[in-house]
Amino acid sequence: MTDPTPVAPAAPSTVRARRIRRAAMFVLAFLIVAALWEGYKAVGPEAGGRVVGVRVLARTNDRAMPHIWDMFSRFGRSEVRGGSDSILIVVVRAAWYSFRCALLAFLAGSFLGIAIAVLMARFRVIERAVMPYLVISQTVPILVLAPLIMSLMAYNSRDLASKTWLAAVLLGVFLAFFPVAVGTLRGLQSTASAPLELMDSFAAGWWKTLWKLRFPSAVPYIAPALRLAGAAAVVGVTVSEISLGVKFGIGRLILSYGQEATSDPPKLFTAVFGAAVLGLVMAAVVLGIDHLLMRNRQPEAA
Amino acid sequence: MENSMSNPNDPVVIAGVRKIFNQGKPNQVDALIDIDLTVRAGEFVSLIGPSGCGKSTLLRLIADLLQPSAGTITINGKSAHQARVDQDYGMAFQQSGLFEWRTVARNIELPLELKGWDKAKRRARAVEMLELVKLPEFADHYPWQLSGGMQQRVAIARALAAHPGLLLMDEPFGALDEMTREHMQAELLRICAAAGTTVVFVTHSIPEAVYLADRVVVMSPRPGRITTVVDVALGRDRDELTREASGFFGKVTEVREALRGIELSLEARGIEDR
Repeated sequence: MTDPTPVAPAAPSTVRARRIRRAAMFVLAFLIVAALWEGYKAVGPEAGGRVVGVRVLARTNDRAMPHIWDMFSRFGRSEVRGGSDSILIVVVRAAWYSFRCALLAFLAGSFLGIAIAVLMARFRVIERAVMPYLVISQTVPILVLAPLIMSLMAYNSRDLASKTWLAAVLLGVFLAFFPVAVGTLRGLQSTASAPLELMDSFAAGWWKTLWKLRFPSAVPYIAPALRLAGAAAVVGVTVSEISLGVKFGIGRLILSYGQEATSDPPKLFTAVFGAAVLGLVMAAVVLGIDHLLMRNRQPEAA
Repeated sequence: MENSMSNPNDPVVIAGVRKIFNQGKPNQVDALIDIDLTVRAGEFVSLIGPSGCGKSTLLRLIADLLQPSAGTITINGKSAHQARVDQDYGMAFQQSGLFEWRTVARNIELPLELKGWDKAKRRARAVEMLELVKLPEFADHYPWQLSGGMQQRVAIARALAAHPGLLLMDEPFGALDEMTREHMQAELLRICAAAGTTVVFVTHSIPEAVYLADRVVVMSPRPGRITTVVDVALGRDRDELTREASGFFGKVTEVREALRGIELSLEARGIEDR
């Protein structure tokens, strides 16, 4: 054969080295932020700094900026005096509860987004009629919608009146479906003309072409849309939990620890860390899905 | 004149075909007029002409990817539409159009999958096709791991996977370098001779058209039509020596002069060809 040799994929060892370097950078970044926090706390003015009457420097007292070790040591304490569960257990349990809600919102939102995109790709009329409403829908703040959805649920069924978690999931779906719908539609519409003609020459119908060609070629557009959807689902669920006061959720925990912040400032940070970890776990799940979808694709030139 | 000799069961019979884009609108284009062409079984026909002569349009009419504005196209004695539904032909384009998420073997299996073949039968045929295009060890590679020439060979294997009697090709080697291109031309002749395949081949390379074809159909633009048909009587056994034979140069000159004549007449009519 006179053809040049095929392109070899990157060696696994360099891939592993890159991963280790990334993980190290992640830890390093955290340490730098912690050092900056403690450093400022050590040298900054206790009562804050004022320039011509406007406070520009934050207070550094223990109430405004608790020590990082105080925040983490709170995890070991029990939540209420004499209670049996440590704050760590309570935060993990709440974050796990909210994570499941957010995952449900992410999955339902992704399916909804893809379904809407397929309908819009199939019927031009639907795209023209629905697309403006989709864009407008995202300009409505979910804090406004939360009580509305809750009352609609309550009107419709007495059983639903107490299911605030369902309202939180619905609002998560509301935020999550949008990037998926837009990304998938763009992907479905960007199929190259040569493969489309090829499917035509095989007399493949629209749905067969969708399944065998348009969907797979839209994956590079769908994968980043799913990342946005994952983040949106977490935000939608936790914010709605705060607004609706969903029992068991991390949003509720942030709310109640926030109310205790005057007496025990580091405690609030435990719930905030819990919410951050929840977001990271969601990002990891979405990244896993991303890798699964893109596993056979040409690796991007680094 | 073509028509009177044609047999209704010839692979391709084109009679009085005309294709007008944007009919009745200010930007109306007469892409093709008065096209009569018959391609006989096992024949290799090249379509050549300056850009805008409608050679790719003609190929898409044969493939039923476009509908003629007038006239009829008959493939294997049936309508072009029926022929497409029956997968009577295979097609290859300048871009190989391989699906990057499918392995080489699964790309070749695609038309068979759409025909509803079962997995074992599909895989057996893919292996057979990979032998034919001399890439047996690449079945489980992905297209992006292959060179351009190898990708194009996979595309040809896919086009021939269902064993169609007719192969339609639109500048399939246009994006390849000269050496790979000549190599692929020889491979194509070998593959088509082995399967007795009829080929309609669009190109803008004169040596390529002459080297491959039994007949070179020279087309002219504005409006697109057939001006000359050059018979290339170089026999079927063509090899690298054919490219250096005097008969080959004679035919290349004949086609070049036909194209030159088109250019001159366009200049005389004040139409600049880009």
